[in-house]
Amino acid sequence: MAELGVPLSGSRLVQQGAEARLYRGRFLGRAVVAKLRFPKRYRHPALEERLSRRRTAQEARSLLRCRRAGISAPVVYFVDYVSNCIYLEDIVGSMTVRDYIISIQQREKDASGLFTLAEKIGEVLARMHDEDLIHGDLTTSNILLRPPAEKLDLVLIDFGLSFISGLPEDKGVDLYVLEKAFLSTHPNTETLFEALLKKYTAMSKKSSPVIKKLDEVRLRGRKRSMVG
Amino acid sequence: GAPALAQQGTGIHRGWGELLPGTSGSSPLSPPPCFFPRLGFLPGHTARHHRACLLELLAEALREAGLRPCDVDCVAFTKGPGMGAPLAVVAAVARTVAQLWDKPLLGVNHCVGHIEMGRLVTGARDPIVLYVSGGNTQVIAYSQRRYRIFGETIDIAVGNCLDRFARVLKISNDPSPGYNIEQMAKKGQKLVELPYTVKGMDVSFSGILSHIEEVSHKMLASGECTPEDLCFSLQETVFAMLVEITERAMAHCGSQEVLIVGGVGCNLRLQEMMGIMCAERGAKLFATDERFCIDNGAMIAQAGWEMFRSGQVTALEDSWITQRYGMKVACEVLSAKAGKYQCCLLHAALVRPHQGSGV
Repeated sequence: MAELGVPLSGSRLVQQGAEARLYRGRFLGRAVVAKLRFPKRYRHPALEERLSRRRTAQEARSLLRCRRAGISAPVVYFVDYVSNCIYLEDIVGSMTVRDYIISIQQREKDASGLFTLAEKIGEVLARMHDEDLIHGDLTTSNILLRPPAEKLDLVLIDFGLSFISGLPEDKGVDLYVLEKAFLSTHPNTETLFEALLKKYTAMSKKSSPVIKKLDEVRLRGRKRSMVG
Repeated sequence: GAPALAQQGTGIHRGWGELLPGTSGSSPLSPPPCFFPRLGFLPGHTARHHRACLLELLAEALREAGLRPCDVDCVAFTKGPGMGAPLAVVAAVARTVAQLWDKPLLGVNHCVGHIEMGRLVTGARDPIVLYVSGGNTQVIAYSQRRYRIFGETIDIAVGNCLDRFARVLKISNDPSPGYNIEQMAKKGQKLVELPYTVKGMDVSFSGILSHIEEVSHKMLASGECTPEDLCFSLQETVFAMLVEITERAMAHCGSQEVLIVGGVGCNLRLQEMMGIMCAERGAKLFATDERFCIDNGAMIAQAGWEMFRSGQVTALEDSWITQRYGMKVACEVLSAKAGKYQCCLLHAALVRPHQGSGV
């Protein structure tokens, strides 16, 4: 009998993120990652139910939308709405952009190779936003590199907080969230992020109101009171 | 508690573990004399209150600790952010006292005071800090030799949201709106659906507030829910958002400790929810009660003492105060990491004089 809560017999827990537990195993002969949104006991049961269901559904939808638009994302094999578990293609041998940046920064004094990566990220985000898809949780941990990592073949993951919107405000906040995560995770990468934004601006058809909103959102942060 | 004024005035500190709050710490149960029911704190009144009380308080602090001025090592004061007039009063007294006693002066950032006090009281070593108050909502972590802000509110602070909610429902601010909401929430039964806005490690509260402003009176009038239900729903929703972004920062940084500081941090429901999350991750929660969560002089003394120990001093000409901290302005703060005290930077966000009554 499968261990309680383990989505597939023989699968093993590989990670407990903030959102969900990730299991690796096989599903109908294919390598899968099962993403199980286990109930959070700190949340009110009604709120928990609402959030988990919405996020599971939204994640599956957004992954499909990405793939339809030609943006690389894992294939969705199956969605179990009872246990809120999604069975996704396992990108075998992939690494996160976060780990890649850290490893390059440690290995090489000169991180100029990272500029191409930053531009690639800018490009893929521009395409995603042009589809009116807002990721909602952009970090360097939520972008994978298909092996071999040097080819800079990006795969977007973790769409649990995603939603559809054409508003520059939502896209601007999406970039703002990435900017903060990027700069706090990878110190002294301001020029790298600038390159990312520059490419985004060049590639996206609707970038100018988005960048304007981004500036506005940054300013909102600055005005916030630090009193009390 | 309130918008930070100068509850934290001059803190005097002598030696490790011996704190002398320079001004009385306010507890939510005993509003300080400059507090006005329904109005909160007014800068002018507060400054006058401080002018009237500060010297007596200073003498009292020394008396209580059985110390003479010559026993004191340094004089710390709040450099900002906060309301200008009260800050200026306290800084003037701090400057004068430091020169009279010939002691080094230390200008302290209010936010850093909260974090350092929390670490001292709880013994947390390397926590993810959730700083929640009337003016702040931030998830801060010590990473690569610095305090860094990982998540924060993209609009209003959580305490500000609670305060303004209290105003919509005409809940008293005596002793504090947050305290009264907490008590009412205990009697709430029904979870009213409210917007739940988490964007990565950031949160947004303004949507909740406008939603409540819009629907609450109708819902209350029709008997669909009670004010207690709304308090309960508000707490359940906003605290779940805070716990979620804290957990996300923990997963992101690989941290196993959480420290809650700031006025909203003394809410027991928030502490309970955070505790459950920590238990599920095998992590540890550090929280304090209202004596330390609410703004107080001791925390300024503690942060000042840490700065002093690391060899910092604020020169007289640099002892100005500021209501705001610019985006690029970074203030120095210490953090014990691996037993060694290091100097690190806390990027302070620009501030605006506080208008709400704070939590």
